Amino acid sequence: MLQAIDTLQRRRSKAAMTAQGRIEAGIDNAIPIGGGTWRFSASRPLRLDSGATLAPLEIAYKTYGTLNEARSNAVLVCHALTGDQHLASTHPVTGKPGWWDRFVGPGKPLDPERHYIICSNVIGGCMGTTGPASIDPATGEPYGLKFPVITIADMVRAQAMLIEDLGIETLFAAVGGSMGGMQVLQWAADYPDKLFSAVVIAAAARHSAQNIAFHEVGRQAIMADPNWCGGAYLQAGVRPEKGLAVARMAAHITYLSEAALQRKFGRELQRDGLSWGFDDDFQVESYLRHQGTSFVDRFDANSYLYITRALDYFDLAARHGGVLAEAFVNARNVKFCVLSFSSDWLYPTPESRDIVRALNGAGCRASFAEIQTDKGHDAFFLDEPLLDQTLKGFLAARAQARGLA
Amino acid sequence: MTTIREDFAEILKLVRPNARVLDIGCEDGVLLELLTREKNVDGQGLEISPEGVAACLARGLAVVQGDGDRDLDHFPTRAFDYAILSKTLQQMREPRHVLSELLRVADQAVVSVPNFGHWKVRWALLSRGRMPETGALPEPWYSTPNIHLCTLRDFVGLCDALELRIDACASLADGKPARPIDPRAPIENWRAETALFLLSRKAEPQPAAVPQQNLFGEVELPKAEPAKKRKR
Repeated sequence: MLQAIDTLQRRRSKAAMTAQGRIEAGIDNAIPIGGGTWRFSASRPLRLDSGATLAPLEIAYKTYGTLNEARSNAVLVCHALTGDQHLASTHPVTGKPGWWDRFVGPGKPLDPERHYIICSNVIGGCMGTTGPASIDPATGEPYGLKFPVITIADMVRAQAMLIEDLGIETLFAAVGGSMGGMQVLQWAADYPDKLFSAVVIAAAARHSAQNIAFHEVGRQAIMADPNWCGGAYLQAGVRPEKGLAVARMAAHITYLSEAALQRKFGRELQRDGLSWGFDDDFQVESYLRHQGTSFVDRFDANSYLYITRALDYFDLAARHGGVLAEAFVNARNVKFCVLSFSSDWLYPTPESRDIVRALNGAGCRASFAEIQTDKGHDAFFLDEPLLDQTLKGFLAARAQARGLA
Repeated sequence: MTTIREDFAEILKLVRPNARVLDIGCEDGVLLELLTREKNVDGQGLEISPEGVAACLARGLAVVQGDGDRDLDHFPTRAFDYAILSKTLQQMREPRHVLSELLRVADQAVVSVPNFGHWKVRWALLSRGRMPETGALPEPWYSTPNIHLCTLRDFVGLCDALELRIDACASLADGKPARPIDPRAPIENWRAETALFLLSRKAEPQPAAVPQQNLFGEVELPKAEPAKKRKR
């Protein structure tokens, strides 16, 4: 009740300030945004599952909000395959709003007025964290294919190092969709004592044959581009843009659904009449081409190879004797919220059910909901009122349990 | 304080503090919230509707979207002290399987069923020759979710067939206090509108689960009957 009044008052004061023109719409002006690049000394390498080490390690990250005195309000948001740390602030390359802008902000499920929200670029990424485009200290040149193969667990190990250095002992929550959700599961398996709650959206505990197959198509498209140069394109001063664009186009189809494509484009033409050639006659073609070409501006082809590989290698149960529940036996104090989308065919609902079943089997308390939508896998970026409502409820209840205002 | 549904009040009495509780068909989570608040239970809900799931989450409850017919199989054996199935057994596709699953995942089951042998039901059939619409069974035949209705005697028969022990039984009716009954007494098959059962596996030794303040726990079921009967 008090909380409700508090929120109401805050809303009112916000409205008043807006009226006076002191706060513009948009999160950038209203809340403290921090972050930058965290550089670990060479004496603190990142140990990788492959046996290799990565040093010196750099992690690019963003924070929204303020860490409270008890250091109990930190939320780690784990991004998806092509995401980055620019969660809720303008992307420096594209100039577009943050990828989860609609989810992070005052009054939204992740609220910088209450939570200290951290989002870091995964290792292998290309937005500032050490990845294949970074300079290999051994050669003074970009790593390229000399970059070691990484796993989801490696990404999480790096995040745990960052969280520790930020002075946070326990995360109030780890939240992620798609590959982000896999990282959250890995957090629960590897660092259950550092986790108070976990939100896993549209994810799976392992990559299916179909998932691997689609990724292989993407990787082959990149490697078939002559400008890929065996991975050493940066040294050659070129970029395998065509291959990367095709990889993105193929992948993008898996993020949508048949129904959503039909609703959005149907057989609508781009121009009057057919070209009787191979121009982008259909709107859906034009849309995909746009997705491909705009993607290459902000993403590195080798990063795409490494991160898709990390996803393919992901099989949480495999390290626990093939029994997924075993991965969660130490996470009984973590409360989980698992969500799936009915039209997601990339990580369909049964994958989430498997996770929930394993959590139940491990004696963990888990909530699970399948959200009805025709928007496919990407629904977690989009306007889904039930998603907001569900997560708001879950996080509010967890906040109460943790004594957060 | 808002009034508590009669069957919820009874369940509240049955469940011992700090127990692990699975509520199947928990709807918007009112019962689980009540149990959490009053008995500090470690609760888990199972609910089919997305709205119900969202409401449960808003109450801070752990809830899994799923249905009792299929998803009980996924819970490990004896993961709970109580499995609660309130007024939905007759809506299940396989009540027999569900009942047996309840007592696999939990040590005790709290189950309530509307009694199709109730006199109003029999009277509706006898006098009008039509499917009854009563307080416990309000929907017409074509839109009722109830697909496996049974009489009190039928239900007791199923418990016997599954070798379940009836630890307690109470008759519930709208607006009236619950009344402990002997579910095997023929008269109850006429007059109990809805019956609430506390069940356990026969093979198990008597658990110390029935709490002291339990309405039925200290009362020998058959003996309790005559006195109550006369009052009514």
